[in-house]
Order: sequence, then structure tokens, then C-alpha cells
Amino acid sequence: MLGTGIIKGMAQTAKNFVGSYSDPKYLTTVEYPEQRVPTKENNRNFPFLVFDGEEAMVGLRCVACQICEKECPPQCIYIEKDKNKKPDFVGKDQFQPAVFDIDISVCMSCQICVEVCPFDAIKMDTEFELSQTNRFDGLLINKHQLAKSNDYYRGIHPTEAAEIDAARAADVKKAAAKAAAKAKAEAEKKAKAAAEAAAKTEADAADTPES
Amino acid sequence: MEALLIAIKARILELAPEFLQFPLGHLLSITPVISVFAGIFALTTWIERKGLGRIQNRLGPNRVGPVGILQPVADGLKMIFKEDVVPRSADKIVHFLAPILLVIPTMLAFSVIPYGNRLVPIDLDAGILFFFAIGGSAELIVFMAGWSSRNKYAMLGAMRAIAQMISYEVPLILSSIVVIMMAGSLSLVDIVAVQTGGFWNWHVATPWGFVGFLLFLTAALAESNRSPFDIPEAESEIIAGHMTEYSGFKYALFFLAEYLGLFAMTGLAITLFLGGFHAPFPFLNWVPAPLWFFGKFAILVALFIWIRGTLPRLRMDQLMGLAWKFMIPMSLITFAAGATWHYAGKGLLAWILCTPMLLGSYVYLGTALTKGQKVSKRVYRFAD
Repeated sequence: MLGTGIIKGMAQTAKNFVGSYSDPKYLTTVEYPEQRVPTKENNRNFPFLVFDGEEAMVGLRCVACQICEKECPPQCIYIEKDKNKKPDFVGKDQFQPAVFDIDISVCMSCQICVEVCPFDAIKMDTEFELSQTNRFDGLLINKHQLAKSNDYYRGIHPTEAAEIDAARAADVKKAAAKAAAKAKAEAEKKAKAAAEAAAKTEADAADTPES
Repeated sequence: MEALLIAIKARILELAPEFLQFPLGHLLSITPVISVFAGIFALTTWIERKGLGRIQNRLGPNRVGPVGILQPVADGLKMIFKEDVVPRSADKIVHFLAPILLVIPTMLAFSVIPYGNRLVPIDLDAGILFFFAIGGSAELIVFMAGWSSRNKYAMLGAMRAIAQMISYEVPLILSSIVVIMMAGSLSLVDIVAVQTGGFWNWHVATPWGFVGFLLFLTAALAESNRSPFDIPEAESEIIAGHMTEYSGFKYALFFLAEYLGLFAMTGLAITLFLGGFHAPFPFLNWVPAPLWFFGKFAILVALFIWIRGTLPRLRMDQLMGLAWKFMIPMSLITFAAGATWHYAGKGLLAWILCTPMLLGSYVYLGTALTKGQKVSKRVYRFAD
């Protein structure tokens, strides 16, 4: 009959209206600036550079290999190599970036830089509140702004960070073992050389009596 | 309360010189009406947004002031300081006149509604006739706005508005004619006086009055372009209809006129069917009469907001079908039921005669209107 649908609809909206005051099921709003939904682990936005330890510029994982710069589809990354090298996490001397800029007005958050980085140096951030009062501010981000600690990375993407940490720990162990083996070999070589040298001096001494 | 207000007015008039008494007297009647209803308009926009929000499971405006109560102030300030854009090819004079002229008839409509005992700005003998005559001029002005904008959406909206308003004016007036017939007067003051006593004396407590009230409310919604009859504005189809080319304060005036039109219709519905300013029970007569009027007013406005939050917009053919196939025959039958009620003695016999007459025709007309319409779940070809 005409009108039954209207009454049914009115009942539903009345239920919504009354329910919004008593039942949280009917009022799902999260009042954003004051209340926040925790970000999901899979969430990703613009890239950032990971550093280990306390000092950002000392612990920066980036070795300025420029793979990401070349792979970046919209070409928003700009890298300049520094002339000075610095030791990386296994103690090997590596290049470091003198300039590492990302133009986030060009960046399309595709994550290709993260995929191609062999050093786990660049990762995706979850920061989304990037608004500025001036429309030209905050678009070109330099390496000091990009550098964020590994602890921060563990905080936003725990699973991924744990995997990388484990791999890097294994690398450090391997490098330490290698270094130890090398040191041992070197020590042996040195001892051998020393022994040889000693034998030689002895022989020389024997060769030149009362001179 | 009314006595106090009237006494204050008389006291002020005494102080004024004689040549000022006529304009000052009317000014004292007009100013409260305009300020009270403009204030209610501001409050209603806020309540409407809050209510619609709750209906749609969200909070509504809550940023400006406590619980968003200052939202109308912020909206008003924004409207005043916005740039007033007039299209280059628009008819400048008509385009400028339309929003101003539209407010005038809606304001005038308030002048004949009785808000309390002896509290009526002008007690016209043909008050209801004046109300509808003034309300009818709104159509022309809406068309002025649509035509002068020189915009196809504005034009379409204005044409839709005219079609809708003319169609719905017929059931609106027919359903109120029953009341005029039963009260035997065109004066709204007399129509209210007929309904003294408890709520059982109100016209809505009779079979013809109840049906007439529902018809009147539906037609009033359509007359004031409210959802579900908001096809002249239809945001999703024709931007904003006749208001497309208006910005700033002119747009605010359209908005104001629309709400004031609704308020005037609500006031008339209360006067015709809900006993005007009378209390529902005689022992509640000590409560000032204007409070009863505005209490009923608030309930009806809340109902309109509820309807707006519930019903989707009608299609043009459905809108016309509802008016011409259902509401006009129904109001004619209400007419006959009113006559039956009068001649059957307004008692039990009248109830027995009128109720099946109205109910039967409601069911018959309703099924005839919805015949051939198949209601089924919508199947999407690509969206699923």
C-alpha cells in the first residue's frame, strides 16, 4: 500500500537518530584532530631515509649508489655523492650522499625506490599531515629532514623492520666472522713472517761470526 | 503574555504623536514577526544540519562555538563577505530584483497568521485568500531568477519549479478549502476560534481533517521546494536550479525565502488543522498561547527535517503523478467527506460514514498510483 515504505524509512532514520545518542554502533565518527585511528602497518606515504644509532648523518644507511634516482619514474629524487667516505654498519668504507633531495610535489608514492634499494636505506613513511601555510613551503625535502631513525621505522612498520634487522644482524655476524678469519690468517701470516724473519736473522748471525 | 505584548504596544503608541501612530503601530507589529522568524531560520539551519547528521550516523557541525551553535553566524558572515558574481549576459535588473522580491511575499504571508489571542499583525476577513494570493506570486519571482540568469540549469530549475508549484498549489488550496467550508469563514482568526477547547475540537481530530492535514503537509513541502520535492534545486542534476547563478548575500536571501516560505506554510497548517495557538487540554490554558503556537511549530519543523533526512528525491513524472493522480482526487474526496461529516451530525454516524470513504479511496488511489511499478532489488551491470 502507498505509504508503508515511507513509514518503514522514517522508522529506520528515527532509529539512527536515537541510536546515535546511546549506541556507539550508530555513531562511528572519529573526531580527527583530537582523536585518531592508529595507522595501519601497510599504510605508506612518502619515502624517508633510515639511519642507525643516534647521529643521523653518521648512521645514514644510504651509500649514494643513485639506483633510486635512476629508477624513480617521476624523477623526484636528486642525489650528489660526497667525496669523503664513511664506514657502514659492517665497517666497510662506503660513499655517502652530500645532497639527497626529494620533491614531494612530484613524488607519487609508488614505492619503487624502496623496492630497488639494495641497502634498505630508503623506506616508506606513514606521515600524512604535510600541509603548510604557504603553497611553496615544504615541497623539497633535504636529507636532514628525510633522515629518520631505525627506531621510528620499527614503530611504523614493525614486521618489515624486524626482518631487515635480522638480515643486517646476520650480515654483521658474517662480516665479523670474515674479519676474524682474515685477522687470524693475517696473524698467522705475520707470525710466519716473523718466524721466518727470526730464522733469517739467526742464520745471518750464524753466517757472520766474530765480525 | 499576549495581553502584556499588546499593552506594551498600546503604551508606546500613546507616547507617539498622532501622525506617527499608524506607521509606528504597524512597525511594532512587523518588527517582531520578521526578527523572530529570521532568528528561527538561523536556528533551524543549525538544528537541521545537526539532525540530518545524526540521522546519517555522523555528528553534524560541531566546530563553531559549543556544539556548533554559532554555525549560522559563521555561515551568515561568509555569505555577506562573499563576492557577488553576476553573469555578463544576465538581465541585470531582473537578476538583482528576484532575490529581494522573493523575500517580500514570504514575509507578507506571516502578517495574517494568528500567533496568540488578539496577537495577529493584520486580522483580514479574507486572510487565507491573502495568504495564497501572496504565496502564488513566489512562482513568478522564481521564474524571474531562472530566466534572468541566462543559464540553462537555472532555466530548467525555474521551469521545474513552476510546474511543481502550480501542480501542488491545487491540492494545497483544495485541502484548506475543506477547513474554510467547515469553519464558515476565510478569516484565520475565526478558523482558530472554531477550534477552541481540547485537541478533540481541532480539525485534525476528524477524519477529513486528518487526511486534509496530511495532504496539506505534503503539498506544503512541495510548495516550499523541500526534500523529497526539491527537484527545482536538485543538486545532483541541475546544480542549484534557479539559484545557480547567485552568490553571496543574494543566495542567502533565496535560502531565507525558502525557509520562511516553509515556516509560513507550517504556521498556516497549525492554524487550519492543529488548533492554532490553543492548548491541547483546557486545563493547560494558563500557558501563554504563543508558546503553544511555537511548540507546535517546532514539532512540525522537526517532522520536516525528519522527512528530509529519510526520503529520496522524487522523479519529475513521479512528482506530477503524485499531484494529479493522487493528491487532487484525494483532496476532492476529502471535500465530500467534509460535507458528509457536516450533514451526518459530526458524531458517531459521521465517523462511520467518513472513515471507510476516505480509507477506501486512499487504498484505491494508492494502488492505482503505484500500479505497474515493480519494486525489486536494483541490479548493477558493472558496479558489482
